[in-house]
Amino acid sequence: MTDYFNEMYHGGAVRAPYARLEDWMRAMPAELRSLKQAEAEQLFRRIGITFAVYGEGGDPDRLIPFDMFPRVFTAAEWARLEKGIKQRARALNAFLVDVYGRGEIVRAGRMPSKLVYQNEAYEKAVAGIKPPKGVYSHIVGVDLVRTGPDEFFVLEDNCRTPSGVSYMLENREIMMRMFPDLFRENRIEPVDGYPALLRRTLASVAPEKCAGEPTVVLLTPGHFNSAYYEHSFLADLMGIELVEGQDLFVEGAFLYMRTTEGPRRVDVVYRRIDDAFIDPLCFRPDSMLGVPGLMDVYRSGGVSICSAPGAGVADDKAVYTFVPEMIRFYLGEEPLLNNVPTWQCGREDDLKYVLANLGDLVVKEVHGSGGYGMLVGPKSSKEQIENFRHRIVADPGNYIAQPTLALSTTPTFVAEGVAPRHVDLRPYCLVGERIELVPGGLTRVALKEGSLVVNSSQGGGVKDTWVLAE
Amino acid sequence: MLSRTADNLYWIARSMERAETAARLLEVGARIALLPSAAGYRNEWDSLLRAGGNADAFALKYGEAVQRNIESFLFFDQDNPSSVASCITQARENGRIVRTALTAQVWDALNTAFQELRQLERTPRSELELSRLTEWTMRHAAMVRGAIDATLLRNDGWDFLNIGYHLERADNTARLMDVKYYVLLPRVDFVGSGFDNYQWSTLLRAMSAHRAFHWAYGGEVTAAKIADFLILNTQCPRSLMTCAEGMAAHLDRVAKLYGSVTGAQVQARAIVAELAVTKVDDIFDEGLHDFLSRFIRRTAELGSVIHETYLSGDMR
Repeated sequence: MTDYFNEMYHGGAVRAPYARLEDWMRAMPAELRSLKQAEAEQLFRRIGITFAVYGEGGDPDRLIPFDMFPRVFTAAEWARLEKGIKQRARALNAFLVDVYGRGEIVRAGRMPSKLVYQNEAYEKAVAGIKPPKGVYSHIVGVDLVRTGPDEFFVLEDNCRTPSGVSYMLENREIMMRMFPDLFRENRIEPVDGYPALLRRTLASVAPEKCAGEPTVVLLTPGHFNSAYYEHSFLADLMGIELVEGQDLFVEGAFLYMRTTEGPRRVDVVYRRIDDAFIDPLCFRPDSMLGVPGLMDVYRSGGVSICSAPGAGVADDKAVYTFVPEMIRFYLGEEPLLNNVPTWQCGREDDLKYVLANLGDLVVKEVHGSGGYGMLVGPKSSKEQIENFRHRIVADPGNYIAQPTLALSTTPTFVAEGVAPRHVDLRPYCLVGERIELVPGGLTRVALKEGSLVVNSSQGGGVKDTWVLAE
Repeated sequence: MLSRTADNLYWIARSMERAETAARLLEVGARIALLPSAAGYRNEWDSLLRAGGNADAFALKYGEAVQRNIESFLFFDQDNPSSVASCITQARENGRIVRTALTAQVWDALNTAFQELRQLERTPRSELELSRLTEWTMRHAAMVRGAIDATLLRNDGWDFLNIGYHLERADNTARLMDVKYYVLLPRVDFVGSGFDNYQWSTLLRAMSAHRAFHWAYGGEVTAAKIADFLILNTQCPRSLMTCAEGMAAHLDRVAKLYGSVTGAQVQARAIVAELAVTKVDDIFDEGLHDFLSRFIRRTAELGSVIHETYLSGDMR
């Protein structure tokens, strides 16, 4: 049995950052707890935070379970994470500018050409474009797991449109409303500056052709999208319009939105739709979501798109293994955060190892997300493993494998009381003229006992994440 | 403001007002049905459906116009776009799309109505009195309306909401009055009878205007007084004149804000101007039904001009 790092109880004692939470937990009678839990659920439902999972059917207004037990980092722990995350965000953007430019990292033989230029996520249509301030990925979501007091690993990078930040903000709001005393007793860094920082970041990458205060909009696929709540929430807090493709049109060299007063020019588009749907003329002709001609305006510097089209090549799971190399190559630094050792099934030696050890590994699709299309070896039946083996052999290049990490646990409210459950962490790093990181992030928790899958689509929940002030 | 945003706000208002009308129609019907029905007399429930303009859709699905079926159709039926359930679902969906243009209170009011509706749908029908359904609807319509008035920024979004409210209300008042036409059509000799007056006052009750009417007019309830009250009197919150003035006022605010007058303002003012010189006698000379039909048509025309000008996003 693996020994998991428990972030509250380590080595038999309560770790310092959790000291007051221990008292809080012990002082809370069971009835109060269920009352508070019901109150939290009602608050979430009233606010309208719900989550629809594609393909699962059922209740489209399902709530993501919220666990009231906070997850805590000390100032020192956070300082270290912050440096590492910012370093990664800088390197990933340097990589994107490079591979859509001269491709030095490939020329220098530090990365295989095929992995970059024949990658599905490599967008030939934007080769040669350098977006304003040299930023492709304006919001980098770095998924981290912890395995010990000082051991953190990056599980994956999200350079396109990482979601979930609304939960970071709402979880905090709801905790402050329900347990104000906790916030008086503990000195917790605020996270509510995030929307203002995001807006500033987006405005800072306005195109040169934009004179005066830039008009920023958030482009959503629409209210049927599972993340629609987050889109409207962010647009509201930033005070920008929430637009759909049908609200925008191109005329001449610029992008406009349809308003009750006639057309209004748009300078920066924070898009929450995938590259493939941005512009039917450039990408998928069958897309109803995008704006015909938008890419022409983008290419000629009439509008900024965040994240920039093509940014996805940096968060591909096969490219991920080279991020430490990027940090060394572009920044001349050693990586502050470690990658999880990864085997590429596309490589013959790696494939052999993976197939021989499937029972111990986590295998993922290179382009998969949301916890779908993955195998958790130690938690799978013989039959599931054999089925997966066939899929890997059929298309090895489509899979990577990693050791099953001993994800840390934090105390979590469960039916029987309080019990340890596995968690991960997604902080949101903002990259514009400056690089910013609010002290906090989204902690996802696997609510099923023993489960290591934290995805909300697979029975995961969320927690408020605290960073204590010095 | 985005045209699509304005469009959704406008439809939130129209849907909520329409839900309230469906509830009022139910109430009118229930009260009329309490009267002992004379032989050869047309089915009162059927007349409600005719006034609402959806008698055919009802007949196709339910057949006989009995109270329980009508309740299903006007309150619960999601296939009927004008049912209370459809309207509240639609208003909440419009609200979800434009969450950024609403305050938390307005959203809360819309969302609460929707969540309670889902509970009502799960409640056994035997436990649901008709009066409870109509009161429930009016309470939630009032809560949404109140949240809008108390918390929303007085910007163009507020104007489009109010334009939607007034336009829908004008249409609905006209249609509710028209119920009378359908009820009485077969037996003209009822006009002026005690039975006739009872129906008129039921109509007033359904518009929550029974007491107000007596304060304003006193004495006998007559067709002329009621037509004056519900069509021309600016004190009556649901009169055609009040609604027309409301539309014109909010359209004027928009014109001022945007610095440009369009066909929408011109048409709205023309409606107000006509009503201002109309006398009750003129209405009865023309024929109440014909007058109301004409008014409904003009309101619909104004609706399409508003759509083309502000809500479609095609203006250049």
